[in-house]
Amino acid sequence: MSANEKSGWKSLPMAATVTEPGSSLKYKTGDWRAFRPVVDKEKCVNCLLCWIYCPDSAIMRQEKWVEINYDYCKGCGICAHECPKHAIKMEEEQK
Amino acid sequence: MTVMGMTGDEAVAHAAKQSKVDIVAAYPITPQTIIVERFSKYVADGEVHTGYVCVESEHSALSACIGSSLAGARVFTATSSQGLALMHEMMYIASGLRCPIVMGVANRALSAPINIHGDHSDMMGSRDSGWIQIYVENAQEAYDWTVQGFKIAEDKDVQLPVSVNLDGFIITHCMEGVDVLDDGVVSKFLQTRKPLFKLDPKKPVTVGALCFTDYYFEFKRQQVEAFSHVQDVLDRVAKEFKGISGRSYSAIEIYGMEDAEAAVLCLGSTAGTAREVARRLRAQGKKVGVVKIWLYRPFPVDEVKAVLKNVKALAVFDRAISLGAQHGAVCSDVVSALHTVDKSPRIFNIIFGLGGRDVKPSDIEYVFNEALETAKTGVVKQETSFLGVRE
Repeated sequence: MSANEKSGWKSLPMAATVTEPGSSLKYKTGDWRAFRPVVDKEKCVNCLLCWIYCPDSAIMRQEKWVEINYDYCKGCGICAHECPKHAIKMEEEQK
Repeated sequence: MTVMGMTGDEAVAHAAKQSKVDIVAAYPITPQTIIVERFSKYVADGEVHTGYVCVESEHSALSACIGSSLAGARVFTATSSQGLALMHEMMYIASGLRCPIVMGVANRALSAPINIHGDHSDMMGSRDSGWIQIYVENAQEAYDWTVQGFKIAEDKDVQLPVSVNLDGFIITHCMEGVDVLDDGVVSKFLQTRKPLFKLDPKKPVTVGALCFTDYYFEFKRQQVEAFSHVQDVLDRVAKEFKGISGRSYSAIEIYGMEDAEAAVLCLGSTAGTAREVARRLRAQGKKVGVVKIWLYRPFPVDEVKAVLKNVKALAVFDRAISLGAQHGAVCSDVVSALHTVDKSPRIFNIIFGLGGRDVKPSDIEYVFNEALETAKTGVVKQETSFLGVRE
């Protein structure tokens, strides 16, 4: 998410008040990431350890492997660390 | 309307009572104590339907006020000196969360050395905390500005906390005749607070959300915008207040400025003494004037510029010291307001009255004469001087 997608002071609610519940999905944290996890689908055995460990619920379960939700993944690397098959590599973000 | 004998503190308490505040959370401190003492009596006697929260410190007092204000309540508190210093952290939160709290501040020197008497060190220390600051000259003004303070604070375009500053002891403890409005008139003037957001289980909101590098700046910009509306709102409120009281208010009050060549600019009770001295000097044909700042934050830049247009020499009085700076805070603001005008008066700064040191008419007369001399010669003898200090 780039800076120009964010609202300016004129359209933001007063004093950072969040006016509706359950709004955290609207705050995408993917741009905090310095390293992005990349899944090697050949190596992934779909054990879901990464899905359990991910602190941001950014691992998306698929039929035979996992995928990453890059809108919210902050790039902490826990998934890559926990993967018993070394199927997840952390690659530096190029911006 | 009724004239009642009241100290400045009592006048503020009476105004808060008539403003029908929902919550008061406060902690006693001299010379503010009488305000909350009187208010607690109103509560005990059943004269008000206000929730009175007894707390263990000023930090907690303002915290309770912030919570209540966010819940939609009209909130009042009062403090002084070290108490205000202890509130400092929460003052930024009250303004950042846009809580229209009104606080009476009995201005008193800060330790050390410990001192309980009047100067402006306390509020000047929290000058940049995002509170509207009003300085009053006497008990009448303390009453009038407290009532008006709620209406300015709660305006939809403002939503900022207001401090009503009254000089410790000189105003807080001095009894004067105060022209008090009828309860019903004040109720009609203020009406019930209409919060833009409030804590309501039926319509949940989050307040105090975390804002990092990507959002924090935008919310500070919103506060700047709110401050830019204050003067228009104040003028509107003052006009309406004149309709019910007959008394006129604005950002500044002037005396003799129509032809003044030398002037004094000050806040608070000193203005009364300065005006009396100016009256005597004008009777002798000396062209002197007084500018009193009622609204110190936001600083009334345009009014100050306009009123000083033809003045040749100006003495700015600061009842607080900004250690290490060239000037006191008020003088810095005046210099900053005038730096773009073509013909700025020669300005010098008078630091005075620290720790409640008395300022006598003869002291002010001395300053007026210095200013008249500067107006004549164009020379400032001393840029910053300390009036009444022993060498």
